[in-house]
Amino acid sequence: MLMTAATALLMVLQQAPAEGTDWDAEFGVEEKVRDPVTGELPVDPYTQSDTNAGAKPYDSARLVADFGGREGIRRIAIRTVEMSQADPRIADIFAAQDMVRLKRTLDEQFCYLLGAGCDYTGRDMRTAHAGMGVTRTDLNALVENLQAAMREAGVPFAAQNRLLAKLAPMSKDIVER
Amino acid sequence: MTLLATCLLSLCHAAAGSAAADDRATQAPQIAYAPVLDSEQFEEPQTAAVPLAAGTGSATQRALQPLGPTSALGDDGFRIGKLRAFKRGKLLLTNGITTVEGASGGGIARWATIAGRQTGGGVGVSGHATAIELPEFGWRSYGVAIGIGDRLELSFARADFDTRDAGALLGLGEGFTFGQEVVGAKMRVAGDLVYGETWLPQIAVGIEHKRNRDGAIVRALGAADDDGMDYTISATKLLLAHSLLINATARFTEANQLGLLGFGAAAGRGYQLQFEGSLGYQLSRRAVIGAEYRSKSDNLGLGEDDWMDLFAAYALTDNVTLTAAYVDLGSIATFSDQRGGFVSAQVAF
Repeated sequence: MLMTAATALLMVLQQAPAEGTDWDAEFGVEEKVRDPVTGELPVDPYTQSDTNAGAKPYDSARLVADFGGREGIRRIAIRTVEMSQADPRIADIFAAQDMVRLKRTLDEQFCYLLGAGCDYTGRDMRTAHAGMGVTRTDLNALVENLQAAMREAGVPFAAQNRLLAKLAPMSKDIVER
Repeated sequence: MTLLATCLLSLCHAAAGSAAADDRATQAPQIAYAPVLDSEQFEEPQTAAVPLAAGTGSATQRALQPLGPTSALGDDGFRIGKLRAFKRGKLLLTNGITTVEGASGGGIARWATIAGRQTGGGVGVSGHATAIELPEFGWRSYGVAIGIGDRLELSFARADFDTRDAGALLGLGEGFTFGQEVVGAKMRVAGDLVYGETWLPQIAVGIEHKRNRDGAIVRALGAADDDGMDYTISATKLLLAHSLLINATARFTEANQLGLLGFGAAAGRGYQLQFEGSLGYQLSRRAVIGAEYRSKSDNLGLGEDDWMDLFAAYALTDNVTLTAAYVDLGSIATFSDQRGGFVSAQVAF
């Protein structure tokens, strides 16, 4: 009885929050600001290393040529991301991520793995996919999009598979459930 | 008085609490997620639009182009409670085709693959019909398989083996047809066909219970039994770097010609370990060619030979796969050189 009365009184006495309260600050929400030059959102600090790419690169000029050289690889990486963003099966996973950064790092990773003369500056696969809840089904959808992008670019099937061969073992770091 | 004191006390508490909260708020984020908020829209650097390659290239390339969504059920299938039925998730051809015994695999060799187009948490089905035409004999089989997640496969197949003119020569009567039913189960125990470490194949263990429908006749031919159990362990891997599929299966069996001529021999020969191997080369996402070998034991002393085939499989749509093969089944029931054609169709959801 006493407590109820006290609570009721408190509720009456309670003040409305001041106008113009900065709720982001109240709740510790940090607004991420895109880098004015690269357009990327900041990520937690990490050690840059080619080993983050998750596999050793090929050393074959023929393979690079099959992918249309440096520029061809870039187009395939970007196209894969764009198709996945438009793919209703997996678009939701990409919606919450930084696509500017993904396009750059995915391109770097493909370029590095194919031995086309890039360094990989992104995070390792486990860190980069942490908390996304990616399933095997999602991964299959992404693989289909990558295959479609490579097919559009006229990459021979055996060469397509050689890139997939480098990526497939990384599934253990990407699939979470 | 008491009321006032309590009130004051509560107020103090509340005040202290909110002060502490303010403190924490300035020190560290309190919400356990990292929201991505754009202060302003960033103009992405414009990249050259990637042209679509549709309609370009050679006839072969066009033939291998995807056909788009073709499943009558759509890609999402439907839900029964928590069960997702027929939701497409598997990569093309990774459910294998169907063996003559109803399991997913090659044409004559069992693979470690799981039937159906589902992935983890889903349920899929597949049905097949197979015909083999040999100089003296004709084989017809049909069946269904259910795949549960990427874990379990249950299969049923019925086979008819028409002896045609040879039946009369064997004293069985012209057009006598041996029949059998096969109920199988297969469970994936480790690894993955496509993903994971390159050295770790998809490994599955399985059983097949076979029942011959002509018990009296197979006993007369010298078989000990009209039903029997096969035990299998299979390892299958797609070596992407070489576009190569490799399969090896060990089968502990007492079947004579898969069980069409019964099981074991009354004279005493019974269970033996046999080997099944497959090699496949992926021409495209939809097409694979390859060869298979299956060793068999000659329990009845009728000169039963090892089997082999050369096959080509093509995924006509995401759900329909057609297979054609040249098979060499050696000697069957004393008729040697049984070489011929094998055609099979599989529909999977």
